[in-house]
Amino acid sequence: MAQAVPRRRATTPGGARARNTPAWVRWPLIGVSFGFVGLFLVMPMAAVFAEAFRKGVGVYMDSLRDPDALSAIWLTVLTAAITLPLNIVFGLSSAWLIARFRFAGRGLLITLIDLPFAVSPVISGLIFVLMFGLQGWIGPWLKGHDIQIIFAVPGVILATLFVTFPFVAREVLSLMQEQGDDQEQAALMLGASGWKTFWRVTLPNVKWAVLYGVILCNARAMGEFGAVSVVSGHVRGRTNTMPLQVEILYNEYNFVAAFAVASLLTLLALVTLVVKGVLEWRLAGEAQDAEESTKGITA
Amino acid sequence: MKKIRFKQHSVMPGFGLTMGYTLFYLSLIVLIPLSALVFKTATLTWARFWEVTTSERVMASYRLTFGTALLGAVVNAFFGFIVAWCLVRYRFPGRRIMDALVDLPFALPTAVSGIALTAIYAPNGWVGEHLEKWNASGLRGSLEAWYAPVAGWVRGDNTGWSSYATGLVPPDLEIKAAYSQLGIIIAMTFIGLPFVVRTLQPAIQELEAELEDAAASLGADRWQTFRRVIMPVLFPALLTGFGLSFARAVGEYGSIVFISGNMPMKTEVTPLLIVAKLEEYDYAGATAIAVVMLVASFVILFAINLIQWWTGAHKRA
Repeated sequence: MAQAVPRRRATTPGGARARNTPAWVRWPLIGVSFGFVGLFLVMPMAAVFAEAFRKGVGVYMDSLRDPDALSAIWLTVLTAAITLPLNIVFGLSSAWLIARFRFAGRGLLITLIDLPFAVSPVISGLIFVLMFGLQGWIGPWLKGHDIQIIFAVPGVILATLFVTFPFVAREVLSLMQEQGDDQEQAALMLGASGWKTFWRVTLPNVKWAVLYGVILCNARAMGEFGAVSVVSGHVRGRTNTMPLQVEILYNEYNFVAAFAVASLLTLLALVTLVVKGVLEWRLAGEAQDAEESTKGITA
Repeated sequence: MKKIRFKQHSVMPGFGLTMGYTLFYLSLIVLIPLSALVFKTATLTWARFWEVTTSERVMASYRLTFGTALLGAVVNAFFGFIVAWCLVRYRFPGRRIMDALVDLPFALPTAVSGIALTAIYAPNGWVGEHLEKWNASGLRGSLEAWYAPVAGWVRGDNTGWSSYATGLVPPDLEIKAAYSQLGIIIAMTFIGLPFVVRTLQPAIQELEAELEDAAASLGADRWQTFRRVIMPVLFPALLTGFGLSFARAVGEYGSIVFISGNMPMKTEVTPLLIVAKLEEYDYAGATAIAVVMLVASFVILFAINLIQWWTGAHKRA
């Protein structure tokens, strides 16, 4: 269920049929597509860079060298660095469980893993405020022990973990289900231990899916705004991630600095799209291999 | 008699370990925090819950959120269909770049898309300045007549419809993109765009050329073939994409907060209202509204699953 990031399937040309379409139908439609994509996707991106460099390269570089901006970049990288390994371990564990075993409640488990995608970012932040805030469940206890989670870095990381929860798991799971367990069965039968089978057979087979999940997860972890904004408390130089820094600068009418930080995030998005494209191409190859090897066995 | 087992037998190792870790981590990060929402709501009486979630300001935010999300999804369904169709069916220069760019709203942080869209549609922005000229030119009459009913419906009054019916246009209505409801629709269109395109692409790919050829050979013209043969096959996918884009737009916060202007009763969407309540330390109120939103998004997603199950059943039949 839920709002996943749909994977772009490798598109093989259905274009042969295009020759039937007369040019007076084809080109206006293509024109409308370019207009829509240009207006809604290309123009905002161009606006980010135009605004960031409005006062020249010098001011742009200065806004990025600002200590608060640097600390926001550092916190963003730290958040991603903690989130990604945890998501990889969980992704592999849950994919192994769901793809390799049949048990009661399996369907429910898949739904629960996808759950964070269905929750509005604001609500994802709210739940951690309810748990750890002063009025919350363990807020008073935390206060007594001088531990701060909400309006501090741990809260930012927890909220990020929540919103990025399904990314790696769903990618690895779908590939493991496609591939089947023939190779693992063979390894086990030849006497390999469970761990050895995992490291030597499973992991190499799903490495592109892991990477694919990681790249999507990373984009969300570094770019999450709503959830993080609710829990961070916006303490400058301490609990601001890059998107929050963008918001603060923008609300202070410091537009050049806001768009300068935003331009880094836009570059991250472009890199994400390129890497995603390359990985999709690799994954299409993997899936095809899997299909061919099954055909080979049945033939 | 065969014993009913919790788990089917398997030679694969690691069931206990992966089950234990998966459940532990899922509970820690997702289930326990989400349950906080339920428990906090339980501290409210029914009467209080009802009062909070149906107050005037909250009702205005529902109307605005669902109205604008619906319009954004309609725009996406229309243009997304054309984009998906061109990407699958035609070969043209720039196709691969366009295909990759469709995912931009997923990859671009919402705060960035928010300030970028605001910069474009603000009165001094690239598009906004042309709208300003348009507003000043007096040429706007015809377009307003078209937009007024929609704006009126979103506002919750009927002046738009009546003006539509009588052909009279309210003279005070001018097109403002940023800091208005139109701005919210623009932001929601942006973030929902990939859903429609990505759900339609595989469906268009799988269309059987034979059907179209058969229709053509039986004398159907292009429009008839499209309406009677292509549309019925693609409709479930279109509806799914529409629903996903709608669901995403309803919960959206980051890109809207910058472009909407956040005026209570006018341009304050529900997620924004939740944040406003939190900033007033009204945790119970924020939670109550959050529960309503959560239930709404579950209903939407359930409806989408139902569509997919229903079309799956049709295909199997």
